[in-house]
Amino acid sequence: MTDAIEVVDLEKTFKGAVRALDGVSFTVEEGTVFGLLGPNGAGKTTVVRILTTILRADAGTARVLGHDVEAEPELVRTLIGLAGQYAAVDENLTGRENLTMVGRLNHLPKTVVASRGVELLEQFQLTDAADRPLKTYSGGMRRRLDLAAALLARPSVLFLDEPTTGLDPQSRNDLWAVIEGLVDGGTTVLLTTQYLEEADRLASRLVVVDQGRVIAEGTPAQLKADLGSTVLDITLADPGTAARTAEELSGDGVLLASIGAKAPTLVGTILELPVDNGPAAAIEILRRLDQVGITPSGFTLREPSLDDVFLSLTGHKAEAANGQSAELPVPGGRGRRRGGSTTESREAR
Amino acid sequence: MTTASLPTVSGAPLATGAVAKLRWALADAWTVTRRNLIAYTRIPEALFFSTIQPVMFVLLFRFVFGGSIGHFTAAEGIPYPDYLMAGIFVQTMAFGSVSTSVGLAEDLQKGIIERFRALPMARSAVLAGRTTADLIRNVLVALIITGVGFAVGFRITTGVPEFLGGVALTLLFAYALSWGFAVIGLSASNSETAQVMAFPLLFPLTFASSAFVPVNTMPGWLQGFANHQPVSIVINAARSLMAGPKAAHLAGSTTTSLVIQAVIWCLVLLAVLAPLAVWRYRSRT
Ligand SMILES: Nc1ncnc2c1ncn2[C@@H]1O[C@H](COP(=O)(O)OP(=O)(O)O)[C@@H](O)[C@H]1O
Ligand SMILES: [Mg+2]
Repeated sequence: MTDAIEVVDLEKTFKGAVRALDGVSFTVEEGTVFGLLGPNGAGKTTVVRILTTILRADAGTARVLGHDVEAEPELVRTLIGLAGQYAAVDENLTGRENLTMVGRLNHLPKTVVASRGVELLEQFQLTDAADRPLKTYSGGMRRRLDLAAALLARPSVLFLDEPTTGLDPQSRNDLWAVIEGLVDGGTTVLLTTQYLEEADRLASRLVVVDQGRVIAEGTPAQLKADLGSTVLDITLADPGTAARTAEELSGDGVLLASIGAKAPTLVGTILELPVDNGPAAAIEILRRLDQVGITPSGFTLREPSLDDVFLSLTGHKAEAANGQSAELPVPGGRGRRRGGSTTESREAR
Repeated sequence: MTTASLPTVSGAPLATGAVAKLRWALADAWTVTRRNLIAYTRIPEALFFSTIQPVMFVLLFRFVFGGSIGHFTAAEGIPYPDYLMAGIFVQTMAFGSVSTSVGLAEDLQKGIIERFRALPMARSAVLAGRTTADLIRNVLVALIITGVGFAVGFRITTGVPEFLGGVALTLLFAYALSWGFAVIGLSASNSETAQVMAFPLLFPLTFASSAFVPVNTMPGWLQGFANHQPVSIVINAARSLMAGPKAAHLAGSTTTSLVIQAVIWCLVLLAVLAPLAVWRYRSRT
């Protein structure tokens, strides 16, 4: 199969010596959704900006449908659609006027611009608001309009930079459905996200980026296989008890193996334990803790998050280096990440 | 119907050949111009600055300061309303050019330029569309000032072609200034800064000039600057066209010489500022 996107050893250093990309490589097969998963400041937007000809890389090559973005930027722009991290729509125009403007700038025939506009407004449930100025639009409506604008010229390759960040769960689900529909129509999608759940739902392959480097690559299933399907969060009353619990569980290889658990990680007074079968493991663990006289103050079962990917991917690396851990807000409000970047972080939504 | 023949996956057409590229560059500039003009009609502040403010300046100088300044110009044989017109034209249009920098800074800040850069549109369209929209808005300003001017006693003493020539000259000057404000807008971190950065430049240039008072009423050290800076030269030229040779005489020159000087200033400013703005636009990440 042809590669829709080919990125080789991309490097970018911004003024002020911020090393945004430090040799990023990946390829995206035509007609698939590819995920670029990473925390805030990892370099995702920088990759997207280079691929969409907005920014020039310092080194490395980037190709879209075989065309080098630096050598043939004009051609590349006719093939791509971009919905950036922040909705790039014009506040002072109506929804329809925004789409018309983008259609004209794509040099599509007038009749096509008009009919595509109507079609997309309908598809994104903006028909009623089509002739209202954007000032009256909600965040979700702006996002949808932004995506509609990106799709106007029916691009072969679509770039979505954190498309659902800041959306409510309903809008997020709607958007996911739209993206799935696009891929059925043959469009290649490169999607950046901070949510493992999103990459898992949409992407057939993904890379995990951190501090401008690819630290893992594969299918979501492969990535999750290293994580277990469920994570048990066991909250203990104090650090002493937490340490004793960690020791107790780590020391019992037989128990851990019987519930398909990976090594537990201690973060503050919370012990995180990735397991294969959540409920069964929960029973075993609670029974065991009861035997040794430990009563957790909290106990939850949840899906693995980007946090856990990072723990598992960079966990030993960070320990080998200096064992440093950085506290960063992450989606879902669980504010911990290990070996994280030192860049600015946005508040979790 | 064209829609039906459009395949599911197609993308935008690509221009090949110089003629097609030029045609699209013009079309793109016009698309961006229209978009900016629509914005002007929808932002009350922009409408205020471009229409109410010039009217207030005309009234302020005609009725508040005009009583005392008028003696000086009347002594030279120029009624103050006639003296004031050219000054008001250049001053309001120069202040209006700030909207070029504010508009661009806002477009950068809100990310719309990020979208433009990824579209197959002409690279020149963003700047050309912005400055053209501001030129068109200035034509509207010129109409308003002319109307208000007539209401407060201004009369064309030369001829309609000369008067229109004077207006055209001020429009050309404002257009050249727009490119300078584009540089400021592209260098500012946000639209508020862009606005704040413009005024320390504009105040000395428009008020330490022959716009509202004859320069010979200023202290000697200021006269040197006020006589030779471009705003005064453009105003003197426009005033000579609008109010006749007495105005040229007041500036110590002839109408022809003043107009030539003013046009050269405008072209030099354009030749320097436009490439600078383009360079700023391209290098801005
Ligand atoms: N225009 C810029 N100038 C300077 N530094 C930048 C610029 N854009 C991004 N960076 C820095 O580069 C790094 C990667 O940023 P980015 O690609 O936006 O990450 P992500 O999209 O994954 O959050 C961050 O440290 C960020 O602060
Ligand atoms: Mg980003």
